[in-house]
Amino acid sequence: MGNVIGIGASPKRKEDQRFLTGRGNYVSDIKRPGMTAGVFVRSPHGHAILRGIDKAAALTAPGVIAVLTGEDVAADKLGSLPCGWGISDAKGVPMKEPPFPMLAQGKVRFVGDMVAFVIAETPEQANAAAELLTVDYEVLPSVVGVLEAVRPGAPQLFDDVPNNICCDWELGDKAAVETAFRKAAHVAKLSLVNNRLIGNPMEPRAAIAEYEPGTDRFTLWTTSQFPHVVRFLMGALVLNIPQHKLRVVAPDVGGGFGVKQFHYGEEAVITWAAKRVMRPIKWVASRSEGYVSDRHGRDHVTEAELALDETGKFLAFRVNTLANMGGYLSTFGPNIPTNLYGPLLGGVYMTPAIYCNVKVVFTNTVPVDAYRGAGRPEATFVLERMVDVAASEMGIDRVEIRRRNMIPKEAYPYQTPVLVQYDSGDPMGCLDGALVAADVKSFGIRKAASASKGKFRGLGYSTYVEACGLAPSRFAGRLGARGGLYESATVRVHPTGQVTVMIGTHNHGQGHETTFAQIVSEKLGVSFEDVDIVFGDTDRVQFGMGTYGSRSLVVGGAALSKATDKVVAKGRKIAAHLLEAAEVDIQFEAGQFSVAGTDRMKTFEEIAGAAYVPHNYPLEVLEPGLEEQAYYDPINFTYPGGCHIAEVEVDPETGTVTLVNYTAVDDVGTVINPMIVEGQLHGGIVQGVGQALFENAVYDEGSGQLLSGSLMDYCMPRADHMPMMKVSTHSTLCTHTPMGVKGCGEVGTIGSPAAVINAVVDALSHLGVTHVDMPATPNRIWRLLQNASLPVAAE
Amino acid sequence: MQISFTLNGRPTTVDVEPATLVAELLREQLNLTGTHIGCDTSQCGACVVHLNGLPVKSCTLLAPALDGAALLTIEGLQGAPGSNEMHPMQESFREHHGLQCGFCTPGMLMTAVALAAEKPNLTEADVRHGLEGNICRCTGYQNIVVSVMAGAAAMNAAKGE
Repeated sequence: MGNVIGIGASPKRKEDQRFLTGRGNYVSDIKRPGMTAGVFVRSPHGHAILRGIDKAAALTAPGVIAVLTGEDVAADKLGSLPCGWGISDAKGVPMKEPPFPMLAQGKVRFVGDMVAFVIAETPEQANAAAELLTVDYEVLPSVVGVLEAVRPGAPQLFDDVPNNICCDWELGDKAAVETAFRKAAHVAKLSLVNNRLIGNPMEPRAAIAEYEPGTDRFTLWTTSQFPHVVRFLMGALVLNIPQHKLRVVAPDVGGGFGVKQFHYGEEAVITWAAKRVMRPIKWVASRSEGYVSDRHGRDHVTEAELALDETGKFLAFRVNTLANMGGYLSTFGPNIPTNLYGPLLGGVYMTPAIYCNVKVVFTNTVPVDAYRGAGRPEATFVLERMVDVAASEMGIDRVEIRRRNMIPKEAYPYQTPVLVQYDSGDPMGCLDGALVAADVKSFGIRKAASASKGKFRGLGYSTYVEACGLAPSRFAGRLGARGGLYESATVRVHPTGQVTVMIGTHNHGQGHETTFAQIVSEKLGVSFEDVDIVFGDTDRVQFGMGTYGSRSLVVGGAALSKATDKVVAKGRKIAAHLLEAAEVDIQFEAGQFSVAGTDRMKTFEEIAGAAYVPHNYPLEVLEPGLEEQAYYDPINFTYPGGCHIAEVEVDPETGTVTLVNYTAVDDVGTVINPMIVEGQLHGGIVQGVGQALFENAVYDEGSGQLLSGSLMDYCMPRADHMPMMKVSTHSTLCTHTPMGVKGCGEVGTIGSPAAVINAVVDALSHLGVTHVDMPATPNRIWRLLQNASLPVAAE
Repeated sequence: MQISFTLNGRPTTVDVEPATLVAELLREQLNLTGTHIGCDTSQCGACVVHLNGLPVKSCTLLAPALDGAALLTIEGLQGAPGSNEMHPMQESFREHHGLQCGFCTPGMLMTAVALAAEKPNLTEADVRHGLEGNICRCTGYQNIVVSVMAGAAAMNAAKGE
């Protein structure tokens, strides 16, 4: 047996060598013979009637090969970009689902909406020709905010969507909640905004499409988190290309965070165009182009109320939210602020009655869809802010009020009043661990030290839970999912005993090539070095739903685990034959098949060799070869969670909030590779801190212009914004995933915004501040301090 | 126009349009795609290379400026000359999990090597400040900071040998 590196170890990552030496293979690095360049012409207006496009001048520009518009799309009778979820209102009326053409037809509905695709010999020529395109717009007033969009008289995006409301969705027992509110000793109220975000993976989106007339096959290289889903949605529903004639490759992808888990119009246009021009075409977005075309995230306006008894026990929670969908429905769009939001409003508390209403609203902005956390950070932010507000109003300590309402470890599995049933968890254990790790006991000393420098120090908590491992198909189907959400893995054992895994998840930073190899190494007893993980190519991998919703390890890892079990089961049969023993007597341990109670054994390599050179082999009952495939569909979500504690210092002179300490104790179930899990937590937390303190996508009401349209205007977290974080895990095992894993990709982003804002409010509470909207920028804090009722001075 | 420069230690002469950016020249003409383009406002730092030993954003530098200069890209970063070893900073990033998706990594490494060369005893604050021009969306910077500090120490140790 070789160098087994299994579950719980932290080997260095297999993928690092190529990235460290500049040998990654990202879409923009790929060149194809005869490749042309494509440029999208995008609407400069938020809302306008598209009267006509004059291609003449552009078509005669140097190097131009073709100019395609919505009219060409319509002439070819191509489909609309599909939405993967169909939600309904309380009466069962389906959401309004207007068509989303891949190139605009009749109207443009956001700045960045695509009106034409220009193909030329070089990017410079395509850009120059795009400037010559004459697009006749009749500009209409834009509406960008959800409150404005639902007001009577607001500009209407679609003739058949009154008041711009896509769906008036609800969840929970409204009557029970009303009854509880009537009996409440105290009702705490909170209005808040969950700020709009732009995901900003460091690699901008890009695509290359090629058509081979000899085989009638298309290949699309795209920056995607789910190439098989792109193949299905685009091939079957948009372009009418049979699945076997369409190959989608997502090679190395430079970060996703949700931004790359949708089927984009650019992918469909470039694939369709490649056949029209019979040349490969490449399109690479600039960062600023991404800002007006990458799907945005969050953007909620919410009113919440919490009913409590005289001891601070939660009786009922009522949440009314307006959620921005942007100009069209994106792949997961309507699912995010509904199914991934409402069911999380129970948090880690035993609130007996919850009601949530979400109005899903169209506006003249980029379509909004999933961004790391997707619905769950929004739910956590509402709930964890609400708890702090209630605690403060009732004069109960913030930790104490959490304890009084928390689900005890013994109460799991715990059925919430909002659909989901948590299988396992220990929120109190996470809280206790975090209190110690954050040295909360000495906070008073640190606060006094800050005060002596004229600064206000605050501490903020977020004790949260989320739903991961998307998703149990049956459950998702009831909620409106139009596809399955399982995962698949093939384990191919080579004649010499090495292993290649084909898996339907996609690795774009999460370290799958390492983590999945550890699972195989542990389960088959083969060397870690002898396992390669293949993903991201529909010609090489059987099928898959891709990577999002912290699902790769939970669902994909489970499929892999099942496939390895099948390999062992077949190996047992081969070993029984070779060792002339009964199959029940064959044991498999540490890479060796042996006959129980004897020293007779065969190594894994010997079994693999026999499977491929079946000279002595039970051919009557067993096929040669050693390769097994498994599909896995989870029976429930997984529920990672934990406690985050943020400590901030506010400078009243400038309004600057400095994050000085950050502590997280998270329950992510079994940890396969602690090094990678820690890295995921770090990155997730900083994205949440970005939302809380820096990031904001801002549109101009009326014109629909994106004001934060570049990295100069949209503030991303940088290295000097952060202190060293303390992250650790306090795990309970998931009871229904094969390895007890829960997923860790999103926890950081879900837990952190509330912790940071709770800390900022705590720092300013002596001035009468009860809420601060995100991002807590110096400008916002400074203005708040100018308006505060008390004099601005350190205590 | 024709320009001549040293690229990763080798004399190189190329014909370029004067308006070509160094990042484009490297990626499109010279097929050195390790230098990445992550933005269009010189903010992200994915394209950092060394021009005459100093870190520069190659998306903001015109190719004619290379004439007569020495250019080092991620493809030229290595351990002992002529060996297949990685540079101590590359090793440190691997050791401390200082990368996830890998897209910002070449720029981070080039900036980090220059930082370490500039100041022998980097503090955490020095590193955080020094990386201000490089954006990473994956790691939260923590392991990058750890990697740079350890990589700098390894570079110093190697120098002392």
